[in-house]
Amino acid sequence: MERKKLYFDDVKEGDEIPAFEVKNLSRTDIVKYAGASGDFNPIHHDQTFAEAARYPTVFSHGMLNAGFVSKCLTDYVGRPALRRFKVRFTSQVWPGDTITCGGKVTKKHEEKGEKRIEGELFAKNQKGEAVIQGSFVAALPSR
Amino acid sequence: MEGKDERIGRTGKAVTMRVEHGKIREFARAIKDDNPLYFDEDLAKREAGGVMPPPTFTMTQAFWDDGQSRIDLGLDMRRVLHGEQEFEYVRPVYAGDSLIGQGRISGVEKRPGKRGGEMTLVTLETEYKNQRGEICMYSRSTIIETAKPVEKKD
Repeated sequence: MERKKLYFDDVKEGDEIPAFEVKNLSRTDIVKYAGASGDFNPIHHDQTFAEAARYPTVFSHGMLNAGFVSKCLTDYVGRPALRRFKVRFTSQVWPGDTITCGGKVTKKHEEKGEKRIEGELFAKNQKGEAVIQGSFVAALPSR
Repeated sequence: MEGKDERIGRTGKAVTMRVEHGKIREFARAIKDDNPLYFDEDLAKREAGGVMPPPTFTMTQAFWDDGQSRIDLGLDMRRVLHGEQEFEYVRPVYAGDSLIGQGRISGVEKRPGKRGGEMTLVTLETEYKNQRGEICMYSRSTIIETAKPVEKKD
């Protein structure tokens, strides 16, 4: 099976990364990430604890949201191509939120003998508020 | 800021973690990544040279060190947030490899808080080498200690 591959030659500055959406994030999704990552900070799964810390309810790990962004990015550039991935957490994600991830290519250049692309990444909730702002560098094959 | 913050350069205990395929699959499912490269070993071998962990996989280090590699950040943990996270990938890592992570505090910065007071940003850099001693990746976490809350008068 030949799967599609992204080539440096086919990418233009300004190209958009196809969006990836997570609908209606559940508490179970959050607990699953706690289990997979080992991050059991109770703020992410314990309602009583979250309320005592003056949050309306639990919220997802920033790194879960970052994981969704990484999925969106690696679907586009391919996992082996990734050279740098950076995220800044700008807002919480709550149970029931729908998260849309995306980004665009901002630069093409050569570095360390590789043909590289750079770009911006984002994740936003259903109200359009940014929950993550990020960036990436990937090295692509040429035709 | 006068002088260098004394926390810069502080290191933690080195941690060796095995990169296991089962953990990769579990982690990929948790981040809703259905990429067959994480699940199909033959396909992964052909296309990527092996099963590579998802980009943020080293967050699972907690399973191996159980907090033992934690560095004293000198912060009030009740006011701490994960502000930024960066990964730099130098060499590919595959299921079956061992990663040796060594963390150190690489930066401390103080900035005025949004609602007054002073916030502190600590950058924690972890260098990961494989079983051959080759540097494979870096993880940089920026931890923010928010400014002390002003007494509420509501």
